Amino acid sequence: MAKKSLGNIRRSFAPWTDPAAKPLVTFERVTKRFGAVSAVEDLSLAIHAGEFFALLGPSGCGKTTLMRMLAGFETPDSGRILLDGVDLAGIPPHRRPTNMMFQSYALFPHMSVEANIAFGLRQEGMAKADIAARVAEMLALARLEGFAKRRPDQLSGGQRQRVALARALAKRPKVLLLDEPLGALDRKLREETQYELMDLQSELGMTFLMVTHDQDEAMVMADRIAVMERGRIAQVAPPEEIYEKPASRYVAEFVGDINIFEGAIAAIAGDIITVESPVCGTILLDEEDVSLPAGARVFVAVRPEKIVISHDEPALSANKVSGEVWDIGYLGDYTMVQVKIGGEGGPLIKVALANHARRAERPIAWEDQVWLSWEIEAGILLGGEA
Amino acid sequence: MKRFRFPHFLALILGLAFLYIPILVLIVYSFNASRLVTVWGGFSLRWYAALFNNQPLMDAAWLSLRIALVSASVATLLGTLAALALARFGRFTGRTWLAGMIAAPLVMPEVIIGLALLLLFVGLEAGRGFWTIAIAHVTLSTCFATVVIQSRLVTFDRSLEEAAEDLGAPPWRAFLAITLPIIAPAIAAAWMLAFTLSLDDLVLASFASGPGATTLPMRLYSAVRLGVTPEVNAASTILIALVALIVVSASLMVKKNLLDTRR
Repeated sequence: MAKKSLGNIRRSFAPWTDPAAKPLVTFERVTKRFGAVSAVEDLSLAIHAGEFFALLGPSGCGKTTLMRMLAGFETPDSGRILLDGVDLAGIPPHRRPTNMMFQSYALFPHMSVEANIAFGLRQEGMAKADIAARVAEMLALARLEGFAKRRPDQLSGGQRQRVALARALAKRPKVLLLDEPLGALDRKLREETQYELMDLQSELGMTFLMVTHDQDEAMVMADRIAVMERGRIAQVAPPEEIYEKPASRYVAEFVGDINIFEGAIAAIAGDIITVESPVCGTILLDEEDVSLPAGARVFVAVRPEKIVISHDEPALSANKVSGEVWDIGYLGDYTMVQVKIGGEGGPLIKVALANHARRAERPIAWEDQVWLSWEIEAGILLGGEA
Repeated sequence: MKRFRFPHFLALILGLAFLYIPILVLIVYSFNASRLVTVWGGFSLRWYAALFNNQPLMDAAWLSLRIALVSASVATLLGTLAALALARFGRFTGRTWLAGMIAAPLVMPEVIIGLALLLLFVGLEAGRGFWTIAIAHVTLSTCFATVVIQSRLVTFDRSLEEAAEDLGAPPWRAFLAITLPIIAPAIAAAWMLAFTLSLDDLVLASFASGPGATTLPMRLYSAVRLGVTPEVNAASTILIALVALIVVSASLMVKKNLLDTRR
C-alpha cells in the first residue's frame, strides 16, 4: 500500500515527529508586506536543531523574505520569530547568531580569501592566534588551503562558492542561512557540491536553512522541505512525502512531472476510492481518511514513472486508458513518451520509461496505438479546488 | 573594428582641429623666443622663467591652489553624503527635491550663481576673499561630485554591506571597512573633478572675490585685457597640463573601478 510503505522508510532523524521536541527556530504567524503586496502572509513554521531545511518555491513566493527576516535584514509587520527561545525582534543583523551565504556570495573584493573568512571573527574581537587557527580550519574544510592569499577575482566560481561558505561557517552560527547556494554553479559542479554540503552539514551537526527554487536541489539535500505559494506554506514534509503525497495540486505540479485527471468520486469503500473521469474512465485509488463525500469534484494525479505502457490491452478493470503516441523525448536515463488521449485536441499524458538496457530498438514508436495503466497505489487524490 | 572610411576620418580630423587648434597654438607660442605673440622667433623657455619671477602671478596661482584644495575636499565630503542619501535611503520625503536641487547648478548659468552668492555675501556683510571664493566653488562642484559618486553607488552590490553586518559588523563599521574602500576610486575621481573645476573657474571667483584675493584665472584674464604676453601663454600651458593630467587620471580611476565591479 502506497502510504504504508512510505511510512516504512527508515528515518533515524525526525525531531519534527516528536511533539515534545523544542524547535530551534520558530516563525509565529509572521506577516510581511511591501506596500500593498504581501510577501509573507500569516506564516508559522518550526525548524529543529540539526535539520537541513529547504524553503522551496517559485520566485516571488516570499521564501527569500522569510530568510531575510531571520537574518534581520527585514522586519516582520506582525508575528514573532524565535531563535533558541529568544525573540529576535529589535535585534540588528550584526547581533544575531545566524550567518548567511549570499546568492551573489558577496565576497569582499578588496580582501584576500583569508581576510574574508577572518572578517566575522575579527568583529567578535577574537584573539589573533585563535583567528589564525579558525581560518586555517575553515580553509581545510573548504579545500582552499593553497588559496589563502588570493583575491576573490582570482578564483573560479566553485572556489568562490566555497569561500562564501567558509566565511559564513567560520563564526559557527546557530543557523546557517543559504540563499540559492548552488544557483551560480554549472550542473556538474552543482551535483558534486550538493553532496559536499550534505556531508558538511551532518559532520558539523549544524542547522541549515536553504532557500531555493530548484526542486532537485531541495529534494536531494533537505531533511524537510517547505513548499511556498504566494507568501504561505503549501506543505511542509520530507522530500519523499512531498513527492509521493503532495498536499495540493500546486505542490504536485511544482515538484516533478505529473499527470492530472479531473473527475468525481463515485464510491468510497474503506480505503478504496472510485473516481469517474470523463477522460480515462474509472480510476481506483488507495487513500486513507478521505473526508470528501461521494460526488465531490476531485483531481487524480499520477506520476509519469508510475504509468505502464503496452500495446495490448491490460487485464484490468480500471486505471487504464488508450491513446496514440504523440511525442517521444529521449533523455538518456529515461524516455518521456507523450500519449494523446481521445484523438485530436485531447489531453497529453506523460509516461516515463526507464531505459534499463542499452538497446537501440524502440518498443514504442510514433503514432502507435497504446494502452496506459497504473497500480491502485499510484494515483494521488487531490481536493477539488480550481 | 569598423571599416576605415575616408569621410568619417575627415570629419574626425576637422572636429578635433576645431576643438584643439586654438589650444595648440597657445601651447606652441608659450615656447616662443619673441616678445611678439604672433611672430615666431625660435624655441625658448624664457617665458616660463619669467613666469616664476612674476610675483603677483605666483601669488594668484598659490591662492587658486589653496582654494581648490579646500573647496574640492569640502565638496567631495558633501557630495559623498548627498550621493549616499540619494542612492541608499529609498524614497524619503523630499528626495525628488534634493535630487533636483543638487543637480541644478549643473545647468544653472554660472553668472546667476555668482550673482546670487555675491548678493548673499554682501547681505551678510561677509568679508570677501579666500573663504567666499571657496564657498562659491563648493556650491558649484558639490553637484559634480554627487553625480560621480552616486553613479558608483548605484552599481554597488548592497549585499556586500549586508554580508559585513551579517558577520557582526555594526552598520557604520560595515560602511568604513567595506563600502568606503570599494568606492574610494570614485571618491578620488570626484575630488579631482572638483579640484579642476575650482582651479579654472573665472566667473564665480570674480563675483565672490574681494580686494587682495585674485585667483589665477582672474589674474590671467586681466593680464590678457592689457595685451597677451607669451607669459600668459606659459601660465595657461601649465594650467592646461595640470588639468589634463588630473582629468585623465580621474577618468582612468572611474573606468578601472567600473571594470572591477563587472568582474
